[in-house]
Amino acid sequence: MATVELKVSYPPYNRSKDSIERIMYTVALALAPATLASIYYFGLRALWLNVVAIGSCMFFEWLVNKIRRVQATAWDGSALVTGMLVAMNVPSDLPFWMTALGSFVAIVVAKQLFGGLGFNIFNPALVARVFLLISFPAAMTSWPKPFSVDMETGASPLGILKTEGVAAVANMDLWAAFAGNMQGSIGETSALLLLLGGVVLLIKRYITWHIPLSFILTMFLFTGLFFLIDSDKYASPYFHMVTGGLMLGAIFMATDMVTSPLSKRGQIVFGVGCGLLTGVIRLFGSFPEGVSFAILIMNAFVPLLDRWDLASRGRHGEGGAS
Amino acid sequence: MKTFTPGGIHPSENKLTRDAKIENMPIPALLTVPVAQHLGKPAKALVAMRDTVKKGQVIAEADGFISAPVHAPTSGTIKSIKNHPHPSGQYVKAISITSDGNNEWAEGLNVEPEDFRSLTREDVISRVKDAGIVGMGGAGFPTHVKLQPPSGKRIDTIILNGAECEPFLTSDHRLMLEHPKEVLVGLEIMASVFEQPVKIYVGIESNKMNAVEIMKEHAPESIKVEALKTKYPEGSEKQLINALTGRWLLEGQLPFDVGCVVQNIATAYAVYEAVCKKKPLIERVFTVSGMEIAKKKNVRAALGTLVTDIMEYCGGLESDNINQFICGGPMMGRAQFTFDIPITKTTSGLLFINNKELDNLRERPCLRCGKCIEACPQGQRPWVLADKAQKKHAQELPSYGLNQCMECGSCAFVCPSKREIVHWIKYSKAVNANIRQREALKKEAQKKDS
Repeated sequence: MATVELKVSYPPYNRSKDSIERIMYTVALALAPATLASIYYFGLRALWLNVVAIGSCMFFEWLVNKIRRVQATAWDGSALVTGMLVAMNVPSDLPFWMTALGSFVAIVVAKQLFGGLGFNIFNPALVARVFLLISFPAAMTSWPKPFSVDMETGASPLGILKTEGVAAVANMDLWAAFAGNMQGSIGETSALLLLLGGVVLLIKRYITWHIPLSFILTMFLFTGLFFLIDSDKYASPYFHMVTGGLMLGAIFMATDMVTSPLSKRGQIVFGVGCGLLTGVIRLFGSFPEGVSFAILIMNAFVPLLDRWDLASRGRHGEGGAS
Repeated sequence: MKTFTPGGIHPSENKLTRDAKIENMPIPALLTVPVAQHLGKPAKALVAMRDTVKKGQVIAEADGFISAPVHAPTSGTIKSIKNHPHPSGQYVKAISITSDGNNEWAEGLNVEPEDFRSLTREDVISRVKDAGIVGMGGAGFPTHVKLQPPSGKRIDTIILNGAECEPFLTSDHRLMLEHPKEVLVGLEIMASVFEQPVKIYVGIESNKMNAVEIMKEHAPESIKVEALKTKYPEGSEKQLINALTGRWLLEGQLPFDVGCVVQNIATAYAVYEAVCKKKPLIERVFTVSGMEIAKKKNVRAALGTLVTDIMEYCGGLESDNINQFICGGPMMGRAQFTFDIPITKTTSGLLFINNKELDNLRERPCLRCGKCIEACPQGQRPWVLADKAQKKHAQELPSYGLNQCMECGSCAFVCPSKREIVHWIKYSKAVNANIRQREALKKEAQKKDS
């Protein structure tokens, strides 16, 4: 018998096939239908926007890894997903240089400066979106109409709701909005396809129902409550379900593993908080859309929610550490 | 189907040997018997070089209450008493015996089976103790100690652990299929030791339904055979108690604190042989499996048989592709650095594998995905245990549930970042044990001074 080399490593000697790459590429796959739909609704400009966003995200990831002299992570899939989400958060006619700037903020400022994947507190794509919104409000609030040949732009339904009130959106075709035929950012449009992507992630157990359900349900109940109180002043909860970034936010952004709580009980509190904040901003704030701000604010609570979980007792009375 | 909550995982079962009948391996020329094959103090050697011994003779005596004697697995001459590689990864004192080929039993041992009901409770326990029986599921806790819980602990349930949840291992399964009567008598013997009547359960995972059927067929009315969901770690003592009785062990509690005693199938079989036939523990059944061994079998061999001899008995290695040899199961077993180790009382399996994941084992940053919390059967937070250990705060971890962890490996199994969570937990436990030892020594020194 030829001498064999026995390797000694730590148990267990059998691990699941999951890896960072698998998770990230599956998320990208789940986002793909909505991305393709955006190209269908908004034309080739949306395709180039995606290329620029994804390409610049991966470039900045590679660049910072080189500067920091650490393991290259540009191909682990996280930059790809961030790029797709950055593209989904902006109008399809946003200038390319602004998009690239957004990628810079997402990857370099919001992620790498905190330590890279796993260390950031705030959702990188949302930090990019809010940065762009505050820096370039005009460009970031004029939304191209679907299928328009010469890029006719206008306000999104939520924008119209905020400036002109309920009557102006009362006759909006909600089913069209659900399928995606609506003015808004690339990712905001097709709620149907985003839900489909969400189902894929649920089946693969990369997200669980806790955050999306508590987020959406809280939004529904909150907006429904005020609709019942005064239906002339407040839009119906179904309107709020299909407009704006609620589906994108609840299914893909709030569930981001790194920036959401680790425990199921923390996730439910997180989702409820996001729902309440989104509702408050949409109904009573000056901004027409609140999902980005709500999620970013709740991101800040995540370390506290994790500490709360560490101190809580399990279902059999176990745990309860400091 | 009953199961434990929370947590658990479902690794691929790989029960390659589930239909392989137990084969009795002939006793080899050389046996190397370690004096430490159990939890507690190692046994003290009673023999010297060149002594002749008979089969079943005590060659090392128990040292203290929590200890067990070690017997000669065959008749022969003592060749040497020195340190030898041991499945624990350390070098342990072992008594080497050259077989004389006669396989001659010592006086008064291996008698015709008697009815255990004719013996007193004290007789039963002393036969179990003298036979050197320890928990053969892997922990190696002396069985006679388990059968004498501290006064004040009322036992009302005894559970036979037929779960065998580790992938690859099938030795308990085959014992149930081929020797159900003996296993059940062993269980009855153990139940009889307790003064008050006890509820008797046999828990078997649902991937062994033929064993469930056979055990049900042979079990008397008093024994409840239950099929449990196939989920790792169903065979862990705490999880088994939770699945069958719904009770839960809090930190620091042992099964007798909730009125339960759990025993392994092989232990029950050994108890039957010891009490009814006065046969000490000198052999056991284990699984030889993995893709890299030519013949995958369930083998009954004498304790002290070297793995190199077993490999020959099983047709040798399939190829040169083997890169790991594991003693135990893939989840909680130990990768060995040599084939030159003996079979001990707690060896349940030998796995010869080509682990392709070894190249991928670089630790990546924690994604905070929470899968480890979902998987942990003890409801703990593995992420914080690994996190703080790496940041050199291991001394804080006892208050974060460190001692609830039984190192089952479910957390490391699910982690997408391949973090070595089990290693960090073992490391933290060692750090804290060190701290406790230093505190104890300091206190003693202070007492001496004052």
